Amino acid sequence: MYIKSVIAGAIASLGVAAAALAADVKVGFVYVGPVGDYGWTYEHDQGRLAVEEHFGDRVETVYQELVPEGADSERVMTQMALQGADLIFTTSFGYMEPTINVAKKFPDVKFEHATGYMRADNVSTYSARFYEGRAIQGHIAGKMTKTNKVGYIGSFPIPEVVRGINSAFIHARKVNPDVEFNIVWIYTWFDPAKEADAATALIEQGCDVVLQHTDSTAPQAAAEKAGGVITFGQASDMAMFKPMPRVSSIIDDWAPYYIARTQAVLDGTWTSTDTWDGIGPGMVGIGEITSAVPADVKAEALAMKDAIASGDYHPFTGPINKQDGSVWLAAGETADDGTLLGMNFYVEGIKGDVPQ
Amino acid sequence: MDFSSINPALLIASLMVSATPILLAAIGEAVVEKSGVLNLGVEGMMIVGAVVGFIVAVNTDTPLLGFVCAAIISGIFSIIFGILTQYLKSNQVATGLGLTLVGLGLSALLGRPYEGMKSPTLKALEIPFFSDIPVLGKMLFSHDLMIYFSIFLVTLVWWFLKYTHAGMVLRAVGENHDAAHALGYKVVRVRMLAIMFGGATSGLGGAYISLARVPQWTEGMTAGAGWIALAIVVFASWRPWRVLFGAYIFGGVTVLQLNLQAAGASIPVEYLSMSPYLITIVVLVIISSRGNQGAPASLGRPFHASS
Repeated sequence: MYIKSVIAGAIASLGVAAAALAADVKVGFVYVGPVGDYGWTYEHDQGRLAVEEHFGDRVETVYQELVPEGADSERVMTQMALQGADLIFTTSFGYMEPTINVAKKFPDVKFEHATGYMRADNVSTYSARFYEGRAIQGHIAGKMTKTNKVGYIGSFPIPEVVRGINSAFIHARKVNPDVEFNIVWIYTWFDPAKEADAATALIEQGCDVVLQHTDSTAPQAAAEKAGGVITFGQASDMAMFKPMPRVSSIIDDWAPYYIARTQAVLDGTWTSTDTWDGIGPGMVGIGEITSAVPADVKAEALAMKDAIASGDYHPFTGPINKQDGSVWLAAGETADDGTLLGMNFYVEGIKGDVPQ
Repeated sequence: MDFSSINPALLIASLMVSATPILLAAIGEAVVEKSGVLNLGVEGMMIVGAVVGFIVAVNTDTPLLGFVCAAIISGIFSIIFGILTQYLKSNQVATGLGLTLVGLGLSALLGRPYEGMKSPTLKALEIPFFSDIPVLGKMLFSHDLMIYFSIFLVTLVWWFLKYTHAGMVLRAVGENHDAAHALGYKVVRVRMLAIMFGGATSGLGGAYISLARVPQWTEGMTAGAGWIALAIVVFASWRPWRVLFGAYIFGGVTVLQLNLQAAGASIPVEYLSMSPYLITIVVLVIISSRGNQGAPASLGRPFHASS
């Protein structure tokens, strides 16, 4: 009898303690790659950690990594919603339809989908203007290449990737009219072995600059092995490869956005929005340009960065033609967001077709 | 498109590097299947080997030690499979799949603190005279130790299976384990040794991926190489030299399609991406269609000693 009451008291106090520890808001994160990729997913997780640090006990976060795009992701999102998540961040383009589907089933849960274009009353989209960072990369690549061949490892032929290629190419050509881009599509966001193979193939073909739109550090390792090749960190700084081969990087900084959205849910002011921020608002960071880059090139790159950040310069400013020669932007004209979001064509000068 | 930019010497060199992990796993699995055991856990053993090799190499700064430990630990890991299937008579297919899942999860857990680190990699061997031959030198004689070792292993397995008494016993156990038992051969012991060998070589293959091909550890980095090795063993009719050939074709077409893309070939990228798998299957099936060498007759069947 005495034992029973002790146990009952213990359970009751545990329950009270648990209730006291219960957070106001639960935020879920769905990742397409591993947190340790030191690339795309790593930065999203840094954003999550920033949210935890900022809000302390008021917010509880959960995450699941390596969730394949497609039906599996729907299951993961549904599970998170059932476990009481109030806000769920889905961090890959391929989670688009699953997010919309799950959002229909849980109208009280808010969803934030990265790099997509479908919205609903409880689904927001957000992305970063990576093409602004690509412009700076293209400038450095065009100036520093000695073989005039720049390799580009593409993941999937979606507008975001094509935008990056176009932006980098335009700015490389501006400073180097002879530069060529060799583009390889490997149909995966994250596969270190394939990325290493692709980088090696490009280097063997004579490329001495390798740009990537994939998430691991494997191309940097391949470039380091080959020697004499420069690369750029993708989505996170990839600092362990400084000063060569990584001469700069694009760093995705999601923390301010994640904190702002979580605050909106806490305040009850959350609405469905579309956010597309670049260098100016701080969502796209440019990693340290190392000493391997000549001082004048570095100065030009930083000047371009400031111009883009202040809004004085738009990476897609005419005159620019499409690959078939037709005019896309007249002199001085800048591209509008709509065209950029649906970009599925190469600009003039890039060889090859965008895979369908 | 500009094919002149594809350098055949570099292509063949890259091909050999790309194919070696699959080759190591496949040759071990060929031995295991020749003894009558179907071990579907190759992927799990490969990735356990990858993580163990990486951890040891990072901590001791010697990649060779990483390879040795990877082989040993994967061998021990495969003993679990051996005990379950040979002593406890569990279903080989299910146990193998379970081994894969455990291996994938265990490696992710062990590798957590090591993500993002760089490991010391194998240096390319410079063989005094041969490496300097103009084209062949770069193509064939400037590789690291493991590539030569893998070819040596294939030769060893071929010689063992064909010309030694022990190899004949292993084949007999795989063909008809009841007859072998009746003759007095220790079926379970032979199979356990084969399973350990298969586990060790799969571990070596996995360690090669994390230490040489992509010197880094990331979760799930074998990305299905173990399954490809399994398929190659079957399509190669369990013959060692055909396993080598199949692995090299697969690695070769993988590297070639990337080179073709980089050179700007006009073949649609989707076809290039699926070509390694298709071409390997087609070539091996054609080779194996003449001269019918089927599976070892006792493959996958549990052995119950009858007396």
